[in-house]
Amino acid sequence: MSDEVKKFLYVNRKAPYGSIYALESLEVVLIGAAFEQEVSLAFLDDGVFQLTKGQDTKEIGVKNFSPTYRALGDYDVTKLYVEEESLKERGLGIDDLQYLTYEDEDDDYKEKPSIKVVSRKEMADIMAEQDIILSF
Amino acid sequence: MSTLHIVNKSPFETINLNSCLNHVKEGDSILLIEDAVLGALAQNKLADNISEKLGEISIFALLADLSARGIGRDRLISGIKTTDYAGFVELVANNERTQSWL
Amino acid sequence: MAYEVNGNIVEHDEEGYIINLSDWSKELAEVIAKSEEIEMTDEHWAVVNFLRDYYEEYQIAPAVRVLIKAIKKELGPEVGNNKYMYELFPYGPAKQACKIAGLPKPTGCV
Repeated sequence: MSDEVKKFLYVNRKAPYGSIYALESLEVVLIGAAFEQEVSLAFLDDGVFQLTKGQDTKEIGVKNFSPTYRALGDYDVTKLYVEEESLKERGLGIDDLQYLTYEDEDDDYKEKPSIKVVSRKEMADIMAEQDIILSF
Repeated sequence: MSTLHIVNKSPFETINLNSCLNHVKEGDSILLIEDAVLGALAQNKLADNISEKLGEISIFALLADLSARGIGRDRLISGIKTTDYAGFVELVANNERTQSWL
Repeated sequence: MAYEVNGNIVEHDEEGYIINLSDWSKELAEVIAKSEEIEMTDEHWAVVNFLRDYYEEYQIAPAVRVLIKAIKKELGPEVGNNKYMYELFPYGPAKQACKIAGLPKPTGCV
């Protein structure tokens, strides 16, 4: 394999728990993090629901994997793009999402936010910059 | 620097095609396969939106899936092209990246 | 397949990971460690406790490099380095320590 670093974008467009997509995506991201590529995550359409805070799955008998998004920083996954229009269309705002952070090794391990809200137009630009797009 | 977008669900059932149309860039191609070919029908509710985009992007529908659903080429939104499986492969090869809208 | 702790039976899978995470106890950890031919020291416990806390907080067992990085931060570079961690857990710090900590196999470990 070449040692060239590629830009990977994981595109998340489905709400968690209704299907296996969200969890599968998260697991692939965690496994893929070992390959030290340039990884970012996109959340649009119903995918924005993956990041909401206050998820409680006790009554549906499924594991709540929302705390795992908070571990992404440890795995050097520090760029999570959330589409503003998708949030708005669903009556959501940034305050409905978990506050996710990472420690910036190049900046004295300062804690910085991982989530960046972007417009639909910016999301399209981000998609067009990638080498590899993985859709979930 | 173009992208091939692949859609496989009916636009009357999911927002996938709509979302795809909202994120394409000039020079990109969209390939409609499986139930997504239903979105290629003339006069459907997305037809205006699609026609508008056809100036800057190309849209293809997979012939095998159109035929299977009894949709003739004469029923498609004008400007949408059809392709066979060999054309599908060519589209993948001729674009920098492929993005599926699942 | 099961471990026995003070007369209680605790089921595990074919690789030795316990089935019900709530079955875990310090005594069980000692039993699992023994079956892995590990004598639990304070350093072993520090790693095991760290893993349990990590799982409690994030619902995953961390990958080895994440574990080592975090241990280094928490317990210093003498413990938090590859060599020492493999001395503590010769069959892989994440894999073996997770087993003793009563956690599922780390994601991505085959």
